[in-house]
Amino acid sequence: MAQLPRLGLGGITRRFGATVANDGIDLAVMPGEIHALLGENGAGKSTLVKIIYGVVQPDAGEIRWEGAAVRIADPNAARALGIGMVFQHFSLFETLTVAENIALGLAASESIAALSRRIVATASRYGLAVDPDRHVHHLSVGERQRVEILRCLLQAPKLLIMDEPTSVLTPQEVEGLFAMLRRLAAEGCSVLYISHKLAEIQALCDRATVLRGGRVVGACDPRATSAAAMAEMMIGQALVRPVARARPAAGAVVLAVEGLDLPAEDPFGTTLRGVSFALRAGEILGIAGVAGNGQKELLAGLTGERLAGTAEAVVLAGVACGLLGAAARRRGGMAAVPEERLGRSAVAELSLTENALLTGTEVGFVARGFVRFAPLRRFARGVIEGFRVVAAGAEAPAGSLSGGNMQKFIIGREIGHAPKVLIAAHPTWGVDVGAAQAIHEALRDLAAGGVGVLIISEDLDEILALCDRVAVLHGGRLSVPEPVAAVTVDGIGLLMGGVADAA
Amino acid sequence: MDEVMIVALLVATLRAAAPLILAGLGELVCERAGVLNLGVEGMMLVGAMVGFAATLTSGSVWLGLLAAMLAGAAMAGVFAVLTIGLAANQVASGLALTIFGVGFSALFGAPYQSHPIPGLATVVFPHLSAAAPLVQQLLLIDPLVWLALAAPFLAGRFLDRTRAGLILRAVGESAEVAHALGYKVMRIRALATVFGGAMAGLGGAYLSLAYTPMWTENMVSGRGWIALALVVFSTWKPLLLALGAVLFGFVTIAGFQAEAWGIPLAPNLLATLPYLATILVLVLISRDTLRLKLNAPAALGKPFHPAG
Repeated sequence: MAQLPRLGLGGITRRFGATVANDGIDLAVMPGEIHALLGENGAGKSTLVKIIYGVVQPDAGEIRWEGAAVRIADPNAARALGIGMVFQHFSLFETLTVAENIALGLAASESIAALSRRIVATASRYGLAVDPDRHVHHLSVGERQRVEILRCLLQAPKLLIMDEPTSVLTPQEVEGLFAMLRRLAAEGCSVLYISHKLAEIQALCDRATVLRGGRVVGACDPRATSAAAMAEMMIGQALVRPVARARPAAGAVVLAVEGLDLPAEDPFGTTLRGVSFALRAGEILGIAGVAGNGQKELLAGLTGERLAGTAEAVVLAGVACGLLGAAARRRGGMAAVPEERLGRSAVAELSLTENALLTGTEVGFVARGFVRFAPLRRFARGVIEGFRVVAAGAEAPAGSLSGGNMQKFIIGREIGHAPKVLIAAHPTWGVDVGAAQAIHEALRDLAAGGVGVLIISEDLDEILALCDRVAVLHGGRLSVPEPVAAVTVDGIGLLMGGVADAA
Repeated sequence: MDEVMIVALLVATLRAAAPLILAGLGELVCERAGVLNLGVEGMMLVGAMVGFAATLTSGSVWLGLLAAMLAGAAMAGVFAVLTIGLAANQVASGLALTIFGVGFSALFGAPYQSHPIPGLATVVFPHLSAAAPLVQQLLLIDPLVWLALAAPFLAGRFLDRTRAGLILRAVGESAEVAHALGYKVMRIRALATVFGGAMAGLGGAYLSLAYTPMWTENMVSGRGWIALALVVFSTWKPLLLALGAVLFGFVTIAGFQAEAWGIPLAPNLLATLPYLATILVLVLISRDTLRLKLNAPAALGKPFHPAG
């Protein structure tokens, strides 16, 4: 007997201004099925799930829930149907407790004490350990996700939407999550699993629908389809494998960090304790770790945004600069690409030319206090051409570029200043596959040219693919860097989870 | 100093604190929902003027208080339309609201200038002046002072113990998250803002109907700003806010006493003393920036517009 789909979408269309985020999307999710929604950034996955969850209304199309046409006016309506969603960016309130956060996600009013008992019961049933009385800002990223999931499970959902759930988890936490999802599916709950990580989808999902440019471009059984074939469907062309290139043997130490301590600046921060490593010219050193373990503080301490306690804590190309500010360190040959593109790396309202000036005041673009616009424009145009930045020109405001193009411009700008050391935090975060490849290429070329490159990233795949050596940041402490060839994913995963000396 | 004197001091302190507590709590609730309304001073002034005018024309102090609350709420409503509905800058709009309130109350309050009426305590206890001195002092603790004493506990309980309070705090913590969970962020913020306006109006009316029962131009004289400061320095905690207000009241009254006892202090310095003392103590209390960051509503002053 043919079963009715739990959720059926027909011709869902949604426009934002001139861009069509979703264009006639059809989708069917069966009861008890783990269904993958696959696509690059900007393919329309997020918009589609927001429509299903009632956050965004479609311009056209039909949503059918267990065979009946429905209109999902807001998330309350979605929850009433039995749809639960775990957001990519957690929708938790930092200063509230776990139980309070969960209470806010439930429709019915019940006392916090009674709810806490239900939380503990449900949590133990699915192997999700959390303390309902703790404040969310004390929790690790993995624990926060458990809170999100629990909030959904307490409503006994029939469809659980998971938006890129594993990007912030250690490999061990991912396994725990998958076990929980399989158990949920076995109990009859459908799961809509959004990701661009092909290996995960192959390991977990029963069926996959691929989106590209707001349209469904294919469906497949991920267990019977190769990752390469799915990737081609996703990006619309064959993936170009990066060519392995000869790298000169690592040279002199260009950045030496010795016993860097840095207290947390805000209540949600992490204190750095005795961070030490040495970065050599011509190598790429990766710093892995789950977000919130001191990455922000480390970047601030290295770039000079915050000063170290002693000058010797940070030695850049032989110069002790722990007590020097960011501009002085830039003069010494340090370039940095922070995590936030707009607001930290670049100013959204300024043009690309003006943004190029921001880190270029020391390299000849300013003479006697006046900006020399001619060479500056040449430089900006050079970056745009050299890194194939898609922009309306050098005078386009930074805010008008897509994330991937902005990131290419920023990395190109920093590379253009011929640094001795380049520090990049999450260089491909939120960037589409094509741009990510270009950025990786640029970083490899830079290292091949004898620059020391430091990558701070949560994406373990990126670190393993790009770096020569890897260290793990956990709870503000850094493990001893090891050659990538000598480490295992499991070993790094344990370090990321705080199990010391396991690698 | 005899006991009547001590009681008189305490009562006067509470009476001076009451308008600050009322207006401050309103603003506190509003800020916990993420809306920063710098128009407290203006709303208090309009509340004081409208409350006085309504009392004089209707003959009922209760109608006067109600009118004052409605006037404050109406001004906050305008502010809500601007900042929540149209996402205008909250700081600029709030300052404009205060400037408007100063001018509006002076213009339309001119006919009522220096026109004494019986104070709230006399209205409630008509035989006040005939009572024994000690009883007289105790009766001066009028219903609004009692309300001001109870309100911090009520507000604290509402914010920390009820579901509505939890939702209000959540909206002030992250409008985006609250919206994603299906809460009507704009409506909740507008309601909190209007509540803040009503409380500011009530606090202003206390000044013109009970504290010094008459209307004089600009009679709020900066108490709205102190109420605003109290909210921040109390780290958004109702009980601490009440404590700060009582301190302000005490120094105000102590200053009058010092004058009465002939302690030689320049009157201008004396007038600044309560402001100075309150801010000094509150700065000391809240010098722990970590705590301030933890308690501050994270979305305070940030406009929110739901997409889609």
